[in-house]
Amino acid sequence: MAAEYKTIVSLVRDRPGVLTRIASMFRRRNFNIISLAVGQSETKGLSRMTFVVDGDDATIDQVIKQLRKLIDVVSVEPIGDRTMVARELALIRVTATSATRSEITQIAEIFRANVIDVAPDSLIIEVTGDEDKVQSLKSLLESFGVREMIRTGRVAMERGLALDSRRNGKTTIPQA
Amino acid sequence: MKMTGAQIVFESLTREGVNVIFGIPGGAILPLYQTLPEYPNLRHILTRHEQGAAHAADGYARVTGKVGVAFGTSGPGATNLVTGIACAQMDSIPTVFITGQVGRAAIGKDAFQETDIAGITLPITKHNYLVMNASEIAYTIKEAFYLARTGRPGPVLVDIPKDVFVEQAEFEYPETVDLPHYNVQPAIKTEALKQAAALIKDAKRPLILAGHGVIISHAYNELRELAEKTGIPVITTLLGISSFPSNHPLCVGMPGMHGMAYASLAIDEADLLLGLGMRFDDRVTGDLKTFAPNAKIIHVEVDPSEINKNKHATVPLVGDLKTVLQKLLPHVQPKTHPDWVKRIDVLKKEHPPVRSIAANGMRPQAILQTLSKETKGQHVIVTGVGQHQMWAAQHSTFVNPNSFITSGGLGAMGFEVPAAMGAQVGRPDATVWSICGDGGFQMTMSELATIVENNIPVKFAIFNNGFLGMVRQWQDIFYKKSYVATNYTRNPDFVKLAEAFGMPGRRVARQEDVLPAIREAMAHNGPMLLDFMIPQEENVFPFIPAGQSTAQLMEEPVEDLAHGG
Repeated sequence: MAAEYKTIVSLVRDRPGVLTRIASMFRRRNFNIISLAVGQSETKGLSRMTFVVDGDDATIDQVIKQLRKLIDVVSVEPIGDRTMVARELALIRVTATSATRSEITQIAEIFRANVIDVAPDSLIIEVTGDEDKVQSLKSLLESFGVREMIRTGRVAMERGLALDSRRNGKTTIPQA
Repeated sequence: MKMTGAQIVFESLTREGVNVIFGIPGGAILPLYQTLPEYPNLRHILTRHEQGAAHAADGYARVTGKVGVAFGTSGPGATNLVTGIACAQMDSIPTVFITGQVGRAAIGKDAFQETDIAGITLPITKHNYLVMNASEIAYTIKEAFYLARTGRPGPVLVDIPKDVFVEQAEFEYPETVDLPHYNVQPAIKTEALKQAAALIKDAKRPLILAGHGVIISHAYNELRELAEKTGIPVITTLLGISSFPSNHPLCVGMPGMHGMAYASLAIDEADLLLGLGMRFDDRVTGDLKTFAPNAKIIHVEVDPSEINKNKHATVPLVGDLKTVLQKLLPHVQPKTHPDWVKRIDVLKKEHPPVRSIAANGMRPQAILQTLSKETKGQHVIVTGVGQHQMWAAQHSTFVNPNSFITSGGLGAMGFEVPAAMGAQVGRPDATVWSICGDGGFQMTMSELATIVENNIPVKFAIFNNGFLGMVRQWQDIFYKKSYVATNYTRNPDFVKLAEAFGMPGRRVARQEDVLPAIREAMAHNGPMLLDFMIPQEENVFPFIPAGQSTAQLMEEPVEDLAHGG
């Protein structure tokens, strides 16, 4: 059976050790993280994390409840696949010679990816999109030689104002 | 008002109502200790090992319901606390651990006696802190105590670098904590209460499974009222023992791996289980697929993550147990279950806990029954982990709430000596009996010195079979009696050891000496040790092997009784 991935977005207090605390909980409870992306939120003092977790409904239910138990976790919201806007960014360093450079650039254009660095024997391509798009571009570039790739993991938001209305439009900042 | 970090720690502890601290000083925490004499109302008990301090704080917290506090220095001091912290976490015991840390400038440099104790204790604390400024101490301690004692209680660790203790800061103790996302008292839906009441009304063979939550939330009266109003028999988990009087007509006893066979068999036949402040631990359920196959489940729990973790709840009720029961009681209708109670009585007759006790008085079950008879159940029993723990759970009488103290979740051998010390400090007027195994006793027996030094009148009963008895029992049953590394062939002389530590000791090897020895220990004004020489081959029955169902239930083999010592 194919793996079941679920996306969970969480607001956490922006404090030293919070990432370790969350990662430690995942490890201790044997939950499987596919990807984890972290960055600042719209509110000072709060970061937003996007988790992609592998597991059946019961496991995801536990992941959410165990996350909510952590003192530094402010909110935890699972995002439905159908109502989700999800993106990731990848940087791909691909072998390029004067003979292949233009062909690679054309492929990048089809994917609306950007060439952000040119060297005598390679290019760096920046691509944004869902995981399938990043994967497809990588597969196409493999014939030229992918030397290095880095992906951010998924960041996700729910379409419309669903999350805002659930929070009554308020995000409070806990004071330390 | 300006104070040092150390003064702020003690001022904060005082405001949290702390009056006893267990611990051991060391380099990094020395600035804190040197300030202790300024606070003569704080009693510090110097233990022999930090594990002793941690278990003592735990035992103190269990009997008093207050937050237990232990101190340790950095590095090895802090790591020695770890078993005690994990034990408090597994059993939801409100505790605060304060550790010294190397100076701020030395953190991360592999300094002498440095460990990242906040990192080490991440998975075994409810929350923890590394305090980097004296100005943060007061709020941190306020929050630590609040977290330790509210919601599902648990251990909180506060790590403070040495130079932060001497740094000056303005002291003002906060009135409240600011944790808007920490929800202690979730709203209880009337709809769910009505659903639960309807299930109770329709049930023909209902059972209450009462867990540690009854004790933690002091819901004794509510539990009793619910059981008596609805006529539902009560099963208590290991940690739920003494949440309901064991001599009550509706008390069925403990289920599970070493529970009463009739309790486990009753669960098989039940059509409704009320899990009250318990978490469907594997030692209770065995194989989850065959556990309570016919029962709907009402699960009342303060921790939402326990709902549906192991067993699906037909009706979940999240909240403090006492509050939930108070709200549930008006919805339930008075009822009786004469046929079901009769059926359980039949199960009791068919599956007695031990087939014959009178055969030999040196049998551990008989010793514990004699002890309960002598104290009339007016005791606090603290156990270690292993065979003696299960015998104590099976064969003691508990008439008072919260009078059975044991390491249930972690199963930490060595708990019995220091936890009994902490329990006796918390309840100076109680008769505290520490029921020990000879194996676990030797893990923390150095605390006998602390006990004598502070004249803490715990009575020790070692159930001495010269074996790691429960492990040997598994070797008996699963490894063809291959006793690898479980036999203590030359135990120390525990009587002489007691005397060396400064308390009287008696060896009890004959049946007729059991009662006089117990009487002598109880009459003695101070700590005393009894070394009961029990038969080596005695095993704990009933026994349902790990992960299996009641179909695999083993009861006491009758032929073994003849050579029961």
